[in-house]
Amino acid sequence: MTDLLKLDAVHTHIGHYHILHGVDFVVPEGEVTMLLGRNGAGKTTTLRTIMGLWRASAGRIAFAGQDITALPTPDIARLGIAYVPESMGIFTQLTVRENMLLATGASGFDSARLDRVLAYFPILRQKWNDAAGGLSGGQKQMLAVSRAMVEERRLLIVDEPTKGLAPAVIGHLIEAFQALKEARTTILLVEQNFHMARSLGDGVAVMDDGRIVHAGRMADLAADEELQARLLGLSLAAHQ
Amino acid sequence: MNLAKQDWAGLALLPALALIALPAMSLPTWIALTVAGAAMGMMLFLMATGLTLIFGLMDVLNFAHGAFISLGAFLAVSVMGALAGWAGAPGWLPGIAALAAAVLASAAICALLGAAFEFVIIRRVYGSHLQQILMTVGGLIVAQQLLVAVWGAQPLPLARPAVLRGSFVLGGAAIETYRMAAVVLGLAVFAGLHLLLNRTRLGLLVRAGVENREMVEALGYRIRRLFVLVFMAGTALAGVGGAMWAGYQEMVTVAIGTDMTILVFIVVIIGGLGSVGGCFTGALLVGLTTNYVGFLAPKLALGSTIALLVVVLLWRPRGLFPVART
Ligand SMILES: Nc1ncnc2c1ncn2[C@@H]1O[C@H](COP(=O)(O)OP(=O)(O)OP(=O)(O)O)[C@@H](O)[C@H]1O
Ligand SMILES: [Mg+2]
Repeated sequence: MTDLLKLDAVHTHIGHYHILHGVDFVVPEGEVTMLLGRNGAGKTTTLRTIMGLWRASAGRIAFAGQDITALPTPDIARLGIAYVPESMGIFTQLTVRENMLLATGASGFDSARLDRVLAYFPILRQKWNDAAGGLSGGQKQMLAVSRAMVEERRLLIVDEPTKGLAPAVIGHLIEAFQALKEARTTILLVEQNFHMARSLGDGVAVMDDGRIVHAGRMADLAADEELQARLLGLSLAAHQ
Repeated sequence: MNLAKQDWAGLALLPALALIALPAMSLPTWIALTVAGAAMGMMLFLMATGLTLIFGLMDVLNFAHGAFISLGAFLAVSVMGALAGWAGAPGWLPGIAALAAAVLASAAICALLGAAFEFVIIRRVYGSHLQQILMTVGGLIVAQQLLVAVWGAQPLPLARPAVLRGSFVLGGAAIETYRMAAVVLGLAVFAGLHLLLNRTRLGLLVRAGVENREMVEALGYRIRRLFVLVFMAGTALAGVGGAMWAGYQEMVTVAIGTDMTILVFIVVIIGGLGSVGGCFTGALLVGLTTNYVGFLAPKLALGSTIALLVVVLLWRPRGLFPVART
């Protein structure tokens, strides 16, 4: 199995703060890789650095064998990466349709694919021509995830999609990710909800203080409660 | 633009203002002043809409915007002067053609120089409002001196095309033809911008970029390129506004750009930074207020626009239709 995304000793500074201290991990093609870690561990910073929204101050990021460390964000996205930020990045003044349309190419929606995506989140079809600003938090997250799915991409990067959402909404999201996983979509997913992480993840990397402190198979971590307790501690236990 | 309930309240200010003014004057006077206010509003809208989009999309404060208004005005003087034969002819066609030539030449040259200005100055100062203010105010001063070098320091007269010189009677009021032409042009540009923003992918990107430019980039769009286009469109419209304003005043002085900059900033702030619809409403409010108050209490005319600004900001601190940043 080839590594679609590879981070090699990546350092990131935000202003004067040294946030990432040499992050190494890989996202194998066709797998779901979970990135875990307590609050403030550096997960979001890692994803933003991959997207070029923060610049790595040292190290190397490769996508499909190509060095993307210094590429501008739009060029990184065009290589086939969809990114759902922690803040969801919904355009509140645009309609649901327009938000999704932005993720498509010049030819617009592929209607079969759009139907499949909206089948997971039928509510979005009802709100299709409404301003996205009027959606609830859960609906916005569904929109953010749908937007990332509406075109074929090589890699999906999603930052804590279940944060602050009601269990019913989380259920919908899990189903959608499950379907993506079955379609062998490559996904890098940050998730604090260990139940979700365990059910979706093939591989797992755990961060703390801007470093990867554990990397391996999700099945091994799921089976080893002692390791879970040591790596994930209270923050994940609290979510279970 | 999808109007929410609160947007209607902002729009209702326009008829409210017009109705408040009505009892204070005779009907023909009111009609004449309302048309004059609408004409001034449309020209302010042309001058201001680029500024609001430039700020909305890239967070850039461009104090040199007024230089493009001046440039448009001076170019109009030169083009109308060169086409004096057409402009003076009695028919509609030559007169309109002369004005159209002046407006289009202003638009084209301002767009090109806008691109150059973006390339030389603006792109060095992204992200720092302080640097933007210093560099663009500096740019404004240099530009004013260049205008003096080319067109001289004396006020230049500008003769309107013959067909747009007179007036016609509407509801007992004498309406200047030129003002009607300004209203028609302003409405046409507003309608065109509305279609461009709401019916094209380019417009979709601009609206999205105004709200969250990082996400637009993360979706694979090079927002810098988009911004250069918007900057050029904005300076072109400033030139068109300046050209129309020159014809309205029938006189151009070097101060036109700085004078209008004050009004244009008031319009943009009233409308809410980044909002084209807000800019349109704000421009009309300023135009109407200036004309009503200018008639009732001439000394208070400029003060009244500032009072309008204060009232709007007390009601809506971020302007009438602010664009939410996420
Ligand atoms: N814009 C910023 N300026 C300064 N420090 C920042 C900034 N963004 C993040 N940090 C710091 O970087 C560290 C890592 O933050 P990051 O958001 O990457 O953590 P995270 O693992 O995503 O946490 P969470 O689970 O809360 O989302 C934190 O200490 C945070 O305070
Ligand atoms: Mg985070």
